Amino acid sequence: MSQPHTQTVSETINSSNEPLLQIRGLEVGFQTQRGIVPAVRGVDLTLYAGQTLAIVGESGSGKTTTAQSVIDLLPGTGKVTAGEILFQGRDLTKLSAKAMQDVRGRLIGYVPQDPMSNLNPVWNIGFQVEEAIKANNVAQGKEARVRTIRVLQEAGLSDAADRLKQYPHQFSGGMRQRVLIGIGLSSRPKLLIADEPTSALDVTVQRQILDHLATLTRDYGTSVLFITHDLGLAAERAEQLVVMYQGKVVESGPSREILANPQHPYTQRLVAAAPSLASRRIQSAKKSGAEDPHIFADGALDETLIARATEREHAAPRRDLISLRNVSKMYRIRKKGFKQDELLAVDDVSFGVQKGTTTALVGESGSGKSTVAKLLLQLESITSGSIEFDGQDVAGLAGAKLLQFRRRVQPVFQDPYGSLDPQYNVGNTIAEPLLAHRMGTARDRQERVRELLDQVSLPWSTRYRYPSELSGGQRQRIAIARALALKPDVLVLDEAVSALDVLVQGQILNLLTELQTELDLTYLFITHDLAVVRLVADNVCVMQKGRVIEAATTDEVFDNPRESYTQELLAAIPGGNFTFGR
Amino acid sequence: MPSKDVKHQEHFVAPLEETPVAPIDRLDESQKARSTWADAWDSMRRRPMFWISSFLIVFILFVAFFPTVFTQVPPNLNCLLANSNGGPQSGHPFGFTRQGCDVYARIIHGTQASITVGLLATVLVTLIGGTIGALAGFYGGFLDSLVSRVGDIFFAIPTVLGAIVLMQVLPDRTPPTIALVLALFAWPQIARIMRGAVLSAKNQDYVMASVALGVSRFTILLRHVIPNSIAPVIVVATVSLGTFIVAEATLSFLGVGLPPSVMSWGNDINQARTSLRTNPEILLLPAAALSVAVLSFLMLGDVVRDALDPKARARR
Repeated sequence: MSQPHTQTVSETINSSNEPLLQIRGLEVGFQTQRGIVPAVRGVDLTLYAGQTLAIVGESGSGKTTTAQSVIDLLPGTGKVTAGEILFQGRDLTKLSAKAMQDVRGRLIGYVPQDPMSNLNPVWNIGFQVEEAIKANNVAQGKEARVRTIRVLQEAGLSDAADRLKQYPHQFSGGMRQRVLIGIGLSSRPKLLIADEPTSALDVTVQRQILDHLATLTRDYGTSVLFITHDLGLAAERAEQLVVMYQGKVVESGPSREILANPQHPYTQRLVAAAPSLASRRIQSAKKSGAEDPHIFADGALDETLIARATEREHAAPRRDLISLRNVSKMYRIRKKGFKQDELLAVDDVSFGVQKGTTTALVGESGSGKSTVAKLLLQLESITSGSIEFDGQDVAGLAGAKLLQFRRRVQPVFQDPYGSLDPQYNVGNTIAEPLLAHRMGTARDRQERVRELLDQVSLPWSTRYRYPSELSGGQRQRIAIARALALKPDVLVLDEAVSALDVLVQGQILNLLTELQTELDLTYLFITHDLAVVRLVADNVCVMQKGRVIEAATTDEVFDNPRESYTQELLAAIPGGNFTFGR
Repeated sequence: MPSKDVKHQEHFVAPLEETPVAPIDRLDESQKARSTWADAWDSMRRRPMFWISSFLIVFILFVAFFPTVFTQVPPNLNCLLANSNGGPQSGHPFGFTRQGCDVYARIIHGTQASITVGLLATVLVTLIGGTIGALAGFYGGFLDSLVSRVGDIFFAIPTVLGAIVLMQVLPDRTPPTIALVLALFAWPQIARIMRGAVLSAKNQDYVMASVALGVSRFTILLRHVIPNSIAPVIVVATVSLGTFIVAEATLSFLGVGLPPSVMSWGNDINQARTSLRTNPEILLLPAAALSVAVLSFLMLGDVVRDALDPKARARR
C-alpha cells in the first residue's frame, strides 16, 4: 500500500517547530429534533511532538467530544460544524472516510475510558491485538503473532505468550486497560488519545498504569492527548493543560503555571476544590507549621473543610456510638452442580465510631467496605461477631425495635441516579420515611419537607420535580434530605460523592460538614478516595481484602502510615510533586 | 506565537465576558416538572397514529355499548327468508344474510360481544398474570420456582387450542366465560414479563434505600417496584387486546365460541361461509369490522410501546 503522506510525515518531524496537532476554532454540534445543539464552541489547542497535553473539565464540558472529533469518532449525530484540526499540517476534518481510516490507529492511537466494555468478550485477547496489528499494517502473517506477544509484553503483561488464548473476562480491569494501551500503541502512533484511561480503575492500579503509559510514550516519542476530570492528575501527568468549561477553553498553558497561578475564575474554583490538591495543601500547611493563608487559592471552597480538618486533632475523644467487634461476613457462591464456594467478604473487622465524628472506611473495590456498611445498616445479616449501636446489639433486631434502629441510622448511596425512585417526585421521596414511620399529619410532613429542602439548599419548588430532571449533585442532596427526614444520629455515606463532578463534590462535602456541626451527626464515610478522607474524616480505617489493616486518626494515617498498602494509597493521590504557595 | 523555545506555550486565559461562570449546580427552575408518565403522554400526543387509533377505539366502544344509536333494525328478529342474500335496500345498507337478516345491524350488534371479550380477557390477564408475576419476581424462592414451572406448562399449550378443548365442556358460553377461558391460558406471558421487570426493579438502589428507611416489604412492592415495572405489561396488554378479539372470533367461527343466538363477528363470518362464492360481501363485511377493531388496538399498542420504552424512542 502506498502512503502518499509519508513525505509530509518526515518533513514535519524534521521541521520540529511545527506543532503535531493544532486545533483552531473547533465547533462541534449534535443534531437533535430541536436543531443543532453545540457541544464544543470554538476550541483552540496546540500539541507539540513528544509532549503531553491534558484537557480538564467537568462532565458536559466538551472535553471528550473534542478528542473524538480528532479521530472522527463522534457518536450519533455529532458533526464538526466549523474550525480545523491540523495533524502534521493536514486538516483532518477535510479527509475522506477512507483516508481517515488510515490515520486512525496507524498515526493516532486511542485508549478508551472503560476497559470493561471495550474488549469484545467473544474473542480472545491475542486475536483482538493481532487484529489491530494487521489492520494498521504493522505486520502480517506469522510476524503479526510475534508482534502481538511483544506488544502485550511491552504493555506490562509478563506472561503474554501464555495469555493470548485467554478471554477478556479472565483479565482484571487493570490488565484489560494494559491490553487496550498495547493496542493503542501497537503501530507506534505519533499521537495517543487517552480518554480518562484510568477513571474506572482502583487508585493504586491507576498509578501503575499511568506510570507505565508515561514510560512507553516517552520511549516511543509519542505525544499524548490526555482527557481527565481530575485537575490534580492532569497537572501531574501533563506539561500542558487545557481547562474546558461549557464547550470553551477558559484557560490553557503550562501545568505548573496554571496550578500556581490560576487566572480564570473557573480554574480558580477547580484548583480550590480538587480533593487531591486540597489534601496536599493540608499536608503542606501542617509541614510548614505556619498558619500560611497563601497556600489556599482565593475563596477556596474547601477553606471551611480545611479549617475543620486542621482543628480535628484538638477535639476531645468522645464515646463510641457504633462499635463493631470481630465482624465477619461469609457469602456462599453456587458453583457447578451442588458445590458451593465460600467467600469471606468481611474478615474479623473491629472498629468504633465516636459520636459526632466522621470515620472513613477506605479501600479499593472488593475490599469489603460496602459490605460493612450493609451489615451495619442491617441490610445483610452478619455471619459472626457483633455490631453495637448505642450500647445495643443490632443483630437480629426485629419489628418495632428494628424500625427504631432504622430511624436512627440512615444510608446515602453512591449512585445518585439509582437511589431515587424515578416515578416519585421529590416531595414524596423526602416524605416517604415520615410516612413509613407514621409521623405527623400531612401538613406536618409538608412542613418538614420544606425544612429539609432548605437544609440541603434546594428551593421549595423542587418538591414537584422528578429525579430525571435533576443533576447528579441535586439528586444526592435529595437523598441526603431523605436520609435526614427522621432526624437520625448516624449517616452511612457509601461512596456518596464519588460519582460527582469535582466542584459539585466539594459543595456536597461542604454541606455534609455543615450539617454535621449543626445537627451533631455521626458519619460512616465509605470511599476509595483518600484525598476526600483528608478533608472530612476524623478517623480512618483502611481495608484490604476484607480486613481492616490500619485504623487511626486521619492525621496519624497521613503523617505516619504504618502499612505499606496505606503508603501506596497515599502515594496514589495525584500532586505529590507540587509545591504550593506563590 | 512561534518563539525560539519550541515547546513553550503561552498561558492563555479566556476573557471572562465570553466565558461567564455559572453558580455550581443550580436548579433550573424555568422548566416545567415532568414525570415519566407526563413524558410518555407528551411523546404520544405528538403522533398522528395515536389520535387515529384512539378515535377508532372510542368510536368502537361507543358502537359496542350504544348499538341502537346506529341501527333501529333488530338483528335477529324479522329475518325474512324472502330477503335471503338480498342486496342493499333503503334502511339496509349492507344487504341481507342467507337467513334474511340485516348484515349492517348484525355487525353493529356484534361489536359488543367482541369488545367485551377483548376488554375482559385483557383485564383478567393483566390482573392474574401481573399479580402472579410480581409476587414471584419479588419474593423469589420456592414461590418463584413453582409459579414459573406452572406458567411454563400453560405456556406450552396454545391459547386457542386450550380454549377449544375447554369450551367444549363448558355448559354456559357467554362473553365472560370465553374471556375467562382465554385468560386462563394467556396469563403466563404477562406473568413472565412482569416477573422480569420486577426482578430488575427490585435490585435498584431506591428499593434498598426504602428498606433502610424502614418501609415494609409489601409496601415497597406496591409503591416502588410495581409502578416501575408496569410499563412493559401495559404495552403487551394493549397489543394482546386485539389478539383476544381475534381469538373470540376464531372460537365462534369454529362453533365452540358464542352460541349462534349471540351476535358476534365470529359467528357472522362462520354463517357467511356457505354463501362465500355467491355473496362474499356477507363474509367480508364483518371480517372488515374485525380487522379495523384489532388494528386500532395494535396501533395503540405500538404508540404506547414507543412512548414507554425510551430505548425504542431513541431509535427514531
